[in-house]
Amino acid sequence: MEAVVVKNLVKTYGKEQTVAVDNVSFSVEQGELFGLIGPDGAGKTSIFRMLTTSLLPDGGSASVDGHDIVQDFRRIRSSVGYMPGKFSLYQDLTIEENLHFFATVFGTTIEENYHLIKDIYVQIEPFKNRRAGKLSGGMKQKLALCCALIHKPTTLFLDEPTTGVDPVSRKEFWEMLRRLKEQRITILVSTPYMDEASLCDRIALIQGGKILSIDTPQNIVNAYPDKLLAIKANEMYKLLKVLESHPGVINSYAFGEYAHATFHDTDTHALQAYLRGHGLTGVEVKGAEVTIEDTFIKLLH
Amino acid sequence: MRTLRFLLRKEFRQIFRDKSIVAMIFFMPMVQLILMPLAADYEVRNINLSIVDHDKSPYSQKLISKIVASGYFRLTGYNASFKEAFGLIESDRADLILEIPHDFERNLIREDHHEKLFVAVNAINGTKASLGGSYLGSIIGDFNADIRMQLVTPPRFSQFPMIEVVASNWFNPVLNYKVFIVPGILAILVTMVGGFLSALNIVREKEIGTIEQINVTPIQKHIFILGKLIPFWVLANIVFTIGLLVARFVYGIVPVGSLLTLYAFISVYLLAVLGFGLLVSTFCDTQQQAMFIMFFFMMLFILLGGLFTSIDSMPDWAKVITRVNPVRYMIEVMRMVILKGSSFKDVLPHVGVVALMALVLNSWAVLNYKKTN
Repeated sequence: MEAVVVKNLVKTYGKEQTVAVDNVSFSVEQGELFGLIGPDGAGKTSIFRMLTTSLLPDGGSASVDGHDIVQDFRRIRSSVGYMPGKFSLYQDLTIEENLHFFATVFGTTIEENYHLIKDIYVQIEPFKNRRAGKLSGGMKQKLALCCALIHKPTTLFLDEPTTGVDPVSRKEFWEMLRRLKEQRITILVSTPYMDEASLCDRIALIQGGKILSIDTPQNIVNAYPDKLLAIKANEMYKLLKVLESHPGVINSYAFGEYAHATFHDTDTHALQAYLRGHGLTGVEVKGAEVTIEDTFIKLLH
Repeated sequence: MRTLRFLLRKEFRQIFRDKSIVAMIFFMPMVQLILMPLAADYEVRNINLSIVDHDKSPYSQKLISKIVASGYFRLTGYNASFKEAFGLIESDRADLILEIPHDFERNLIREDHHEKLFVAVNAINGTKASLGGSYLGSIIGDFNADIRMQLVTPPRFSQFPMIEVVASNWFNPVLNYKVFIVPGILAILVTMVGGFLSALNIVREKEIGTIEQINVTPIQKHIFILGKLIPFWVLANIVFTIGLLVARFVYGIVPVGSLLTLYAFISVYLLAVLGFGLLVSTFCDTQQQAMFIMFFFMMLFILLGGLFTSIDSMPDWAKVITRVNPVRYMIEVMRMVILKGSSFKDVLPHVGVVALMALVLNSWAVLNYKKTN
């Protein structure tokens, strides 16, 4: 069964009709962990806000759990959980008070759905009398997740939950999402981090309000059409310049300590010779494993 | 209902957790109520008077001591020439000059002779000038009447018909300006506390972003607005009560009318004021915007509220504006009930108008508060 269906969704802002979401369509299976991957300003938050009924679309339609986002917005509001990108719990209430508040607002109690949040809540429970504003970034995130879960939502919308969170907490957070998936909760998550994409069941790569590709992370990587090489030299900047001028290179960019370059077809030895001929030293060329990031860059060009 | 109860608990918790807000709500109005009426004195006293006495006769002395004894004037100059006295006006050491001509006494006693005094008034301060001038005029008139009594044996029947005006002040017999101004200031304080608190509150949720989370919950709009309205309604009522206590124990003002009438009106009135604040907050995105808009309207409300300037003496267009000014009704009712002892029936028209305002403003606020944009 499809939990979320989005059809030709459009959102424009302001008098200039700036298009934030451009004819976006996708669907999410129930119990799926679906990722919207894209840079800042790609339209991820706009899509989330429309799906959680706090923003009206300018075109197209969408439904969550079979409820239309415009007609049946009330139904959606009581059945989904939303965690906005910006921390938006009451900073002057304590952890416990916030949780209690959101439970009450949804007409439930903490006890009723405690099993859902237990794993997460025990981590912040020692600080339950601390005000939310005084928590660290990671703890705020966990509290926000608890509050979004406390009414046992069927679908969970997490807007950039790991932005501004340290790597360890980020890892923990994804671990928690994986466990929530086991509870058959549909999860839509957006993130600008490409490395998190591989943790989703399926992802949609999004840029400038348009979806570039939707598939499982593995399929997206497998579908990479070109040959990708990782190249290293002592002179990084010069290497990038030389690669740019190489006639066989489709695209080249820095990738960690290596430069990634894509070719239709090339001979590794010939390339090495070409690079040395341009005065580069310590040249190393090897085949690179394609990542989501490579795919994303490919799609953008 | 359970949601509303919980919303209220949350609001109160948040309000009382912010110590500076609590201090502002309770402490500031009290200080203002204690200080402002003492400073904002309507009564013009201590008018600086300079006298140029060319006569220097017993009569002129008598006139001068009568003027000084009235308590309104302070003799700051006793000059030999008008020119000299005018110097005092120029350097702002005198507000009035009274010039008594030569042979004042002689001419006065001589029958059928009218004697003239010259009064020069510094009109830079309008109130002081007009009041000082008329005070002086009436003292001189009085003096004149005294002399007539002494010198002229009154005939059995007055030859000229004379109208003597005797005024008696009702409701505030000794014209104590504090009795007049304290209820008005209290009205304004309650309005400000209620209006500002409610205007800033929803905007604060917008600024912090909590509204984003609230908007996707099943909370209904009117429940949310009620959850905001009720706490401030309670707080403003407490401020009002404190104000009444200050009026009672600091100024000795005991409401002549019933407290029940007063509270009945203020209950409705606060709904209007809070509704206005909420309405403003639904239009604004930042606390700064809300603050400035509230400030604009508060100034209008206060200046056109009839506290500092009487509404009756305003031009017609301004009078029309005061009809939609809730503060005007509040100040009127405060004075009616506290000073005059009006009953609930007397203030019923006011209650009606304010109730209508409350209804319109709150409905507008609920409609304009969008959970979706």
